[in-house]
Amino acid sequence: MTSSIVVENVTKTFTLRYHRTFREVTVAKARGHQTSEKFNAIDDVSFTVEQGEAVGLMGLNGSGKSTLLKMINGVMRPDQGTLLTRGRIAGLIATGAGFHQQLSGRDNLVLNAAILGMGERELRRKYDDIVEFAGLGRTLDAPVGFYSSGQKARLGFAVAIHVDSDIFLADEVLAVGDKPFRQKCVRKMKEIRASGRTLFYVSHSAASVEKMCDRVLILEQGRLGFDGDVTAGIKYLHYDGDDEQESDEEIGNDI
Amino acid sequence: MSEVDERPAYDSLPLKPPSADNGLLAVFQRRYLLRLLVQREISARYQGSFLGLLWSYINPMTQFFIYWFVFGIIFNTHKSVPNFAIHLFAGLIIVHFFTESFSSGTQSIVRNKALVVKQAMPREMFPVSAVLVSFYHVLPQMLILLVACGLSGWRPDAVGMVAFVLALVIIIFIGTGCALLFSAANVFFRDFGNIVNVFNHFVRYGVTMMFPWAYVQERLGDHAGLFLLNPLADAVLLFQRAFWVGTASPEERAKIVMPDHLMLHGVAVLGISLLFLVVGQLVFSRLENKIPERL
Repeated sequence: MTSSIVVENVTKTFTLRYHRTFREVTVAKARGHQTSEKFNAIDDVSFTVEQGEAVGLMGLNGSGKSTLLKMINGVMRPDQGTLLTRGRIAGLIATGAGFHQQLSGRDNLVLNAAILGMGERELRRKYDDIVEFAGLGRTLDAPVGFYSSGQKARLGFAVAIHVDSDIFLADEVLAVGDKPFRQKCVRKMKEIRASGRTLFYVSHSAASVEKMCDRVLILEQGRLGFDGDVTAGIKYLHYDGDDEQESDEEIGNDI
Repeated sequence: MSEVDERPAYDSLPLKPPSADNGLLAVFQRRYLLRLLVQREISARYQGSFLGLLWSYINPMTQFFIYWFVFGIIFNTHKSVPNFAIHLFAGLIIVHFFTESFSSGTQSIVRNKALVVKQAMPREMFPVSAVLVSFYHVLPQMLILLVACGLSGWRPDAVGMVAFVLALVIIIFIGTGCALLFSAANVFFRDFGNIVNVFNHFVRYGVTMMFPWAYVQERLGDHAGLFLLNPLADAVLLFQRAFWVGTASPEERAKIVMPDHLMLHGVAVLGISLLFLVVGQLVFSRLENKIPERL
């Protein structure tokens, strides 16, 4: 087995600043108030993901999921510990970041693909597939500023999903598309899984994690609370309540 | 996935930090993205405005006419400086290139916040593309200058062309260095955006644009050398050496005063500006870690 994500004793510290201007800081210091506070968004987390594994990352809001994902994606760097990845990373994380409102969908598509690391030739090869996957028709020539949030998301996904990658990250993202599009995305993600790429999936939806993943990691206030089997993990989180499951399917949150 | 076949075996790929591959060199490895970012910036900057790209000429042209009127006519610089308009315009091109690189470069990271906090890419990309956009605006101004020089009987010479290249490269280095330093600093304290405006004001008067070098030497005497410590002043003089000096008739040329060893100065300043760029990059790399969480 080849490891694809290695996380060793990773800690990420954030500084909360209560005051930012010169006047505020001096006033607070004079009164003896604290002007900043440090806390660990990710606290001494270690795990290894093997190639081809599908791992779900769960946890309550503010437990550090996004921070961890940003570190794996390379946006942030750990303050302590080491985080290593193997191969190219892509995914449904921050889809549509950097869309320019005044440029057309087409121009944004090209730019977005380049931002995600596609080269000129790779893009030319996949351009038609991306356009077809987005299914936006003539809207593609209109400025992105006129798009609905769903249409924007479609364009973003269509690009992201076509990037060659060895590690595929997915943040809770499929909530905005309509049903046919969501199904298309699920099919594509299953395809990715079947092709032996590593899948790292962040979600609150127990049902979709159960469907997509074979291992789950649970973060609790920045610490790794659980690492193991999916069903046991969902029990651990108390996400196995009966109401929960139903509304999950009903709303079809993501996946 | 048919593409997978063309790529190396997974086991042969190295395990490495996902945030690696940063720095100015990485920016130029991803030229395709850089080109698209520059294009986006150019086409988006003037979208929705009727005059469009013309605005990037209106601004320097109005400055040109104001200076030309106040310094040329009112202060009567025309008399002592042959082809004062060319002297002025050559200076203005360099000054404008620098101030525009500096101010748009400083805002570049904050303005592209959406991308910076979500995507892993060399963040130097943004200051660098700001400088390139400014450079793009220099080209038509150069054309105007060349036409004006042609009409005034310009005779290009080899030394002048070296001076021209030196001037541009100095500005590119210093402009990129400043853009790197200030774009990162601006994330932590937005005050830096305001400092830039103050600084740019000094730049306009700290170079030989509205007045010739002869005045500086006359008024400052032995201390005139201090004026040349400003690398921008050297760049402007080199640029004027390339274009303005060549337009003077032989008898006028005898009267033109330029600093001694200007070319030697130029080479030294080039080295210093390269050093400055390296420092800018080092500071940027230090601050970069904290950028996404402070935006």
